[in-house]
Amino acid sequence: MQFLGAGLGRVLGEEPILTAVVFVAAIMAAAELCARLTGGRVHASAIAIAFGLAASAAAGWACGGTRGVADIDGLGGMALLGGAALRDLAIVATAFSARLDELARAGFRGAIALVLGVVGSFALGALCGYAGGYRDPVDLATIGGGAATYIVGPVTGAALGAGSEVIAIAVAAGLVKAILVMLVTPTVAPWIGLDRPQAALVFGGLLGTTSGVVAGLAATDQRLVPYGALTSTFYTGLGCVLGPSVVISVLRMLG
Amino acid sequence: MNMNGVIHGTALLASSMMLGRCLGALLAQVLGIDADMGGVGFAMVILMLAMTVMRRSALVTPAFETGIGYWAAVYIPIVVAMAATQNVVGAVRGGPVAIAAGGLAVAAGFAAVPLLSGRPTPRGIQGDD
Repeated sequence: MQFLGAGLGRVLGEEPILTAVVFVAAIMAAAELCARLTGGRVHASAIAIAFGLAASAAAGWACGGTRGVADIDGLGGMALLGGAALRDLAIVATAFSARLDELARAGFRGAIALVLGVVGSFALGALCGYAGGYRDPVDLATIGGGAATYIVGPVTGAALGAGSEVIAIAVAAGLVKAILVMLVTPTVAPWIGLDRPQAALVFGGLLGTTSGVVAGLAATDQRLVPYGALTSTFYTGLGCVLGPSVVISVLRMLG
Repeated sequence: MNMNGVIHGTALLASSMMLGRCLGALLAQVLGIDADMGGVGFAMVILMLAMTVMRRSALVTPAFETGIGYWAAVYIPIVVAMAATQNVVGAVRGGPVAIAAGGLAVAAGFAAVPLLSGRPTPRGIQGDD
């Protein structure tokens, strides 16, 4: 027994990705059980994602750190399994069932949504910064970038030389956005007509936070994932282009 | 079932990914930014194009599809792992400005979806929608 325990301990430490797979499977099994209890009204993946967020909140409060459950001993592999490399591979793979003609039909709307989404997020974020007492255009552009995504904020802030306090607010704003989109999308989807590829392309362009968009759509209707993912993957890049150039110039003109 | 084609499917996925990354890096360089510019999006379009061509030429075997489909299927568990590794505490500690900025951006984005996505086109009818 002791021998087995020691072996298991070693495997948990040395095979972090296997431990992570088993841990995620347990979350999903629990979520499926809960979904059955709701009579199928709530999607199992929506519950699983909510469980994941709750676990990362609990882990963050209990252990400190910034990587949720990945900061717990033995669960470091979660950062690998949920990291950008595997996530991007899986997102691209979902495109194999997507249809080119849907993309051709709504691609233009998606592109408009992309520009409006990035510009609108910068504007709203900068307004919130202004309401919070910030007046420096650099600070406003950085917080605005945070309202776009948690990558656009720090990239804009670093390019313009913003202070670390403002950059922290921008990252937090981006995190709030991603988490809200993950949690709220399945509930809001019927009201905003998010039930077809066209709407998903527009949705991805408007919200832009890839992690939020792909998780939100996964919890709503898995078939919509590739369309939303497609537009949202251009959003962060566009935000990083516009933030330190157009946005800061406009804010300096207004100030 | 003959599963020899599995690796070719995964190889197509991997090469689409690499080609998309290259295009994304190239575009970022042209624009002068230090971030990926839609590499994943390009990779998705490349994969969609490749699958369309290969389906037409009847080159797609069930094994080939499995090589890509597996990765598409583990997508949800990967997203759950991603949710479990988010910095939720950091988001809440960001204070009222961060919560307002993120929250407003989400509300405005949701509200604009029906305005931009147009009415659903009935099946069989192709308008200039």
